[in-house]
Amino acid sequence: MPRESSAPNPLELERHRPYLLRFALLQLRERNAAEDAVQETLLAAIQGAARFAGQSSVRTWLVGILKHKIVDSIRKTAREQPVESRAESGGEEDLEAFFARDGHFAEPPEEWASPERSLEERRFFEALERCLQSLPRNTASAFTMRELMGLDTEEICKELGVSTSNCWVMLYRARMSLRACLERTWFRADGAGAG
Amino acid sequence: MAIRLSCKEASRLISQGMDRRLSVTERIALRLHVGICDACTRFTAQVDFLRRALRAFPGPNDPEDR
Repeated sequence: MPRESSAPNPLELERHRPYLLRFALLQLRERNAAEDAVQETLLAAIQGAARFAGQSSVRTWLVGILKHKIVDSIRKTAREQPVESRAESGGEEDLEAFFARDGHFAEPPEEWASPERSLEERRFFEALERCLQSLPRNTASAFTMRELMGLDTEEICKELGVSTSNCWVMLYRARMSLRACLERTWFRADGAGAG
Repeated sequence: MAIRLSCKEASRLISQGMDRRLSVTERIALRLHVGICDACTRFTAQVDFLRRALRAFPGPNDPEDR
């Protein structure tokens, strides 16, 4: 017999909306698109509640559904506006700026004070969100698909409609920019460790 | 590929190493560089940390106040 009692009810699902929205906003940026993805997720969850296996938490299950909705949304946007701005694909001028002419870092990465402790601070994640928002759109999409959703590069290239090598460049750009941004706005500022 | 990498080349390979399997030559060149380069050692640790941070997103449980 299936365990009927374990199926989450709509009210219980609704409680997770703010969390899901934050997750979606990080990747979709536009509030409307994020709200749509969350709405579709909750609808799908209500319809599929009986299929909830009860092996993971409800939240984990919902995030699993949401990830698919987010990829759908990114795919749709990429198809509608294949905006391959120069800075986001071919051109690498912005990456040059991170290095001196001899190939050394223009500003070498600094030692970060107890980064693991930052993972326990909400303010750190707010700083991270701000840094992500400062990235070019497709770059941020590629990076969050890779690191937040764990897709492999091949899938990401396909969704964004770019070549594999472009994809690597975008991920590299995202990492270079984010680490510099976090260093500037979090690790060097009073937010972290010492403060 | 030159066996002596600059930080510019090394950081690119460090990043790609997170997204694809590097060739043996690439891995050796990278190890030789990172072994003597503080900047790239830190860079490696920091991009690893970025990955952990994204996996931990959105961070400590929100008190449901927002």
